Amino acid sequence: MTDRFPGYDVLAKRRTPSWNEPTRQVVNRRLAVPREPRFLTSDLFVVLDAVCQRIVPQPKDRPPVPLAALVDTKLFTNLQDGFRYAEMPDQGEAWRRGLAALDEAANTHYQLGFAKLGGEQQDDVLRRMESGELAGGALGDMPAKLFFEHRVVLDIVTFYYANPTAWSEMGYGGPASPRGYVRIGLDRRDPWEAAEAYEGDDAKARRENGFVG
Amino acid sequence: MSADPFLADPFVEPRAINGRAPDVFKPGAWLEMSQYDDNDEVDFVVVGTGAGGGPLIARLAEQGFSVVGFDAGAYFRPLEDFASDEIEQQKLYWLDERIIDGANPIRMGGKNSGKAVGGSTVHFAMVSLRFRPEWFKSRSQLGYGADWPLDWREMWDYYRRAEKALSISGPVNYPWGPHRPRYPYRAHELNGAAEILARGAEAMGYKWTATPLATVSAPHGDSPPCVYRGFCRFGCSTNAKQSQLVTFIPRGIAAGAEIRDLAMVGRIDTGPDGRATGVHYHRQGRWRFQKARNIIVAGYAIETPRLLLASANDRYPDGLANSSGLVGKNLMTQANQAVFGVMDQEVRWNKGPPSLSITEHWNYNDNKDFHGGYCWMAQGPLPVEWASIVTGSRKRWGAPLREEMMRYNHQVGLKMVGEMLPDERNRVTLTDEVDQYGLRIPRITYSWGENDKALIQHALGEMHRSMELVGAKDIFRQEDDTNHLAGTAKMGSDARDSVVNADCRSWDIPNLWICDGSIFPTTGGVNPSLTITAISLRTADRIKALANRGEL
Repeated sequence: MTDRFPGYDVLAKRRTPSWNEPTRQVVNRRLAVPREPRFLTSDLFVVLDAVCQRIVPQPKDRPPVPLAALVDTKLFTNLQDGFRYAEMPDQGEAWRRGLAALDEAANTHYQLGFAKLGGEQQDDVLRRMESGELAGGALGDMPAKLFFEHRVVLDIVTFYYANPTAWSEMGYGGPASPRGYVRIGLDRRDPWEAAEAYEGDDAKARRENGFVG
Repeated sequence: MSADPFLADPFVEPRAINGRAPDVFKPGAWLEMSQYDDNDEVDFVVVGTGAGGGPLIARLAEQGFSVVGFDAGAYFRPLEDFASDEIEQQKLYWLDERIIDGANPIRMGGKNSGKAVGGSTVHFAMVSLRFRPEWFKSRSQLGYGADWPLDWREMWDYYRRAEKALSISGPVNYPWGPHRPRYPYRAHELNGAAEILARGAEAMGYKWTATPLATVSAPHGDSPPCVYRGFCRFGCSTNAKQSQLVTFIPRGIAAGAEIRDLAMVGRIDTGPDGRATGVHYHRQGRWRFQKARNIIVAGYAIETPRLLLASANDRYPDGLANSSGLVGKNLMTQANQAVFGVMDQEVRWNKGPPSLSITEHWNYNDNKDFHGGYCWMAQGPLPVEWASIVTGSRKRWGAPLREEMMRYNHQVGLKMVGEMLPDERNRVTLTDEVDQYGLRIPRITYSWGENDKALIQHALGEMHRSMELVGAKDIFRQEDDTNHLAGTAKMGSDARDSVVNADCRSWDIPNLWICDGSIFPTTGGVNPSLTITAISLRTADRIKALANRGEL
């Protein structure tokens, strides 16, 4: 995957007027999330970590986002969504059952735990869940498809795109208070926004991104 | 939520207490505030401080009534509490569990439910539109839905007052509907996403305009002009947004109203004469009872019917104000489908308010084979929301998701706000599960009707064509989204088929009023907040007039 915004680091703006104090504290807390599970058992946490690596394979050259720890923290602090599908259990129970079901399916199809499978095999098990093929067993009466769409993908992806690593790689400006933006029309860029590399001209973009702040 | 002493956690202890409330415009500063005793029989208790409750709290206090406004949410200080962060700012939303079902369950949370002093206006996208006049009589003039017992000409005047009070920024001439005065503040400049909407509309031969928005384009009082940071739906950290929290609530406090934050009202009591006597509310870890001569429920389309149903007693076994059987029924949401594509140009749609331009073409054109109307607006979802759209609509995960997300700065989109029709089967009921207050959790049942589906397909086709005409590539549709709520305590002219009359007064209990989006008989094809605000201002005037005649 090519880096379209070489050298851009949204954290370089941390001490500029684009970040207010509450934002600095919120992002610091997120980056410092405890890496050990506090809600899931260590066995299920290993499965969750493997699932996270398939749902969002992370860039090699930027700081890794502790996705499994962030999902576990969501369950530990019971940060709710505001709704629950009538056919779904609460989020903690859903994740417990769902991860156990992935392990179960891995054993059925490959005679190994989910975390021990190769990437393509893991994707195969995840697709069986996504298509709704998995049913019963550890899932109980929880619909596999809904669990996959609503919990697996949404919870994991949400936390990835709430992190500076993701903001930097997509060239997103990130936090913006109180400074905001001045140049908001088409093809306009404020000096504190990421420059994109066009036509392989990485050097120019990298140079400009070195001044973002 | 926050463990930092710096942020002085607004969720641990109430802030509006001991005769003072936060001054939202000055860090660490306080406003003097009246404080009533639970045993004081106040003139009005208002349950909810959003677009329905806020203007009533201010206007009733200004007219000399004693008023206490309750909100289950926190009293935020935007300058000190608001981060530029999609996850942290979920603290503005009603995230307590609600059970959803039906063929098209409504996903609750940020897009349709606020939990804060100021209600959903703290996180709303500020789009401030008037109804098309015929919508107040859609049954008799357009052949669908139900008539409102309100006259559009009177509403036109209250819209003007609401626009003035909220310093709406908008165009000099609005392209649709009867004449309206120019907006109090100049329109905001267009961002890239808004320019694309304009080009598409012009290519189709449709009018478009800068969207009237409740964020100031020049200073107003202590509000600085908008800095286009683009986090509007996650709370405005500069106070440019004219939410209830920075407009009517401080006005109400200055006029002598009391606000109680972190105060969840769980039940309304009635006396031997059948009139309401006060509210049970949960604050600081215990249940208390506030006496009142009048109660106004303004909790929006889920919490309002929930409270009325939960207040059932021997005299009113089906809940309060429910002799029609309609409390909780005719819930409406609005279609919020979208079409997205990729431009060669850099759009950077996160800059500025998300909906800076609009076309209401299909709200004012009846040449179509379904009922109701819709508009569409420019879009600017931030990364977490954008990722949820890409995963939900395109089923992306793994490397293809990350690849697609890297085109973020080139993405562009159009999103509709479309009218769904009232249907008694779409409703709010109570489950047997209880929440953290021990109150029964609501169940929200929703299924789209055939007309709703036809309207959505029409809109998707039109937005798709517009995206093609501006040269967008890799176009895709987001088919399943909904937003604002309405209905569940319908306003009408007959006690047999409505819950409240034109003055938002319940037919059954003369000192019980309902004033929020739940009284809408139909929902129209525009965002509802300005209409709720206008009705709230009207209700305050009507209450004063009734009081003067001794008819309260």
